[in-house]
Amino acid sequence: MADAIGIRGWGWRHPGRAAWAVRGLDLRVERGESVLLTGPSGSGKSTVLLGIAGLLDRSGGGESEGALRVDGAVGIVFQDPETQLVMARAGDDVAFGLENHCVPSVEIWPRVHAALASVGFPYPDDHPTTALSGGEKQRLAFAGVFALGPDILLLDEPTANLDAEGARLVRGLIAQARERGRTIVLVDHDIDAARPLVDRVIELAAFDEAVVPPRASRSPAVGAALVRAAGIAFRYPAAERLALEGIDIDIHAGEAVALTGRNGSGKSTLALLLAGLLRPLRGSVTAADGADLARLRASALVRRVGTVFQDPEHQFVRGRADDELMVGPLRTGMTRDVARARAAELLERLRLTPLAAANPFTLSGGEQRRLSVATALATDPPLLVLDEPTYGQDRVTYAELVALLRASRDEGRGIVFATHDRALVGALADREVRLEAGRAA
Amino acid sequence: MMLLSPLRSDPRAVLAAANPLAKLGAAAIVMLVLFLSVDPVTPLVLLSAIALAVRLSGIPPRALLVRCAPLFVAATGAAFVNGVFGSGGPSLAAAAATGLRLIAIALAGVVAFVTIDPTDLADGLMQHLHASPRFALGALAAFRLLPIFATEWETIGLARRARGIDDGGSWPSRVASFRERSFTLLVAAIRRGVRLALAMDARGFATMSGRTVARPQPFTDRDRALLLATMAIAVGTVVFGHALNTWRGLLLQ
Repeated sequence: MADAIGIRGWGWRHPGRAAWAVRGLDLRVERGESVLLTGPSGSGKSTVLLGIAGLLDRSGGGESEGALRVDGAVGIVFQDPETQLVMARAGDDVAFGLENHCVPSVEIWPRVHAALASVGFPYPDDHPTTALSGGEKQRLAFAGVFALGPDILLLDEPTANLDAEGARLVRGLIAQARERGRTIVLVDHDIDAARPLVDRVIELAAFDEAVVPPRASRSPAVGAALVRAAGIAFRYPAAERLALEGIDIDIHAGEAVALTGRNGSGKSTLALLLAGLLRPLRGSVTAADGADLARLRASALVRRVGTVFQDPEHQFVRGRADDELMVGPLRTGMTRDVARARAAELLERLRLTPLAAANPFTLSGGEQRRLSVATALATDPPLLVLDEPTYGQDRVTYAELVALLRASRDEGRGIVFATHDRALVGALADREVRLEAGRAA
Repeated sequence: MMLLSPLRSDPRAVLAAANPLAKLGAAAIVMLVLFLSVDPVTPLVLLSAIALAVRLSGIPPRALLVRCAPLFVAATGAAFVNGVFGSGGPSLAAAAATGLRLIAIALAGVVAFVTIDPTDLADGLMQHLHASPRFALGALAAFRLLPIFATEWETIGLARRARGIDDGGSWPSRVASFRERSFTLLVAAIRRGVRLALAMDARGFATMSGRTVARPQPFTDRDRALLLATMAIAVGTVVFGHALNTWRGLLLQ
């Protein structure tokens, strides 16, 4: 059978970079074959997909070597549902690609409807794309690609941003495309979830060290309550319904608590409330000493709670990694020398010492995640709050993160994390609080 | 931005389905006359024409008034300043002229924009004025990211609090906070923009050598009638002003 994709000795160097993103790659994918491309973050998986899709731009100064041959029309679905939809209405969005491909006007709408039907899109053409959930947006993105009738389907972590339900839907679409004989190249960190969808797994680069998948462990000792939330309700400005209502929860020293639930169930909101970052509409969130967390000055708050946001870049405020780690300690009144020593110790512990002078915005996803956890630990708070900490992390960072959080818990810290990652819940949580539409389930 | 975003209006109204370019053209004609005039009668006459347009477009008048409340306050302020401190000494006529002109100019634009769907406008620009799809659709896609940036701005504020930084206090520290927060938002905006551009290019936006149209947008007799009627009203207003000797303007004296 003819190859759909033939890559020999291929490499790509991004403009302005000394190192090659990918080099010396050999890869053959037969027509109708489905393969999983995996490897540590930074191994160039996404670059390979962009290369196959013809989206690497040589005019900007990027450089390629070797041979990359693609036989057939290519469609690609990316990870982030928020940045794949172009138009305000669902039908128009599917039509967007058809217009670009100069499909005659009379054929456009029949093809739009066929594509929407093939992904089981449940709304009419003029449904606003902003009103869709993450999983529905991804479904619409698939429809936009299917409408163009690609022979080869490229998928760059298409389920990474979705809750369990959304991910199941998207995996169903991939399975369906495979049955219809499309050639598929799937990039994913979650090998176990992806394996049933593919004929073959290709590791783009070996992991530096043997990764032991984290096993479950339970807290050695649960202590006194660190934070108490009593009868809290919350509403976002301009929202019609309450995001959370009637929640009572205590977090104790030495325990790890998972907040779970579907997208929009309120788990991240609850995490932000427990972290003293949002002020509840009703009820209170108090620290062990009785302080109302939401009313504390930021410098007093960081002594009690360290928070890690889903997107590390939202919380970077300095131009160097080591300065970044000194921000919290200096705010809480540590001297420069003590803060510097603390920063050095954390960099060492999180394997970031060689990157001490690097700008946090230029670090890789895994490095950014480690640095953001380090900033939360810098003020030595008794409570750590994390929002989707494993999101987008490869196996190595994942295992490190679990080990670090577990060690923090065993030292007696309380840990709260909002997640839809079942494996993380299994590996770390002493207790799980499930939320459904803003209430404890 | 809130001022110009679409307002839910009656889809059965005569002008509801008019071509967005015809609506903007009509607004531009009215605005031109208002720019040229400096007397209070011209805006008064044209405001009644705008009221007619509101009715024919099926815009709920109350919602429009609420939306424009800040506009009225601003116009009243400008009228007061101009009436009291104007070059010819204190004058009620000068105050009325300034206030009414400002209100009429702004309303002409607002009434046109609140009935226009951004997608329709982009379609119209591409199909009738041959605007580049890169420009029209790029702007449309960027426009859709705005609410996301508003949410992101809030998240960045919370993340800074989590780092021990209060965005408040003295003015110098507020300015510094604003600068740092803006930088973080800028990085996030560029990352999103790059991802969106890539997704658009992946669906043929980069390589297209022409483009078909999913939503053909006719320019009908009704649209031509709208433009002609507006033109007639504009000319009529100026002639009327000359007949009554109320016209004071920068031209056509």
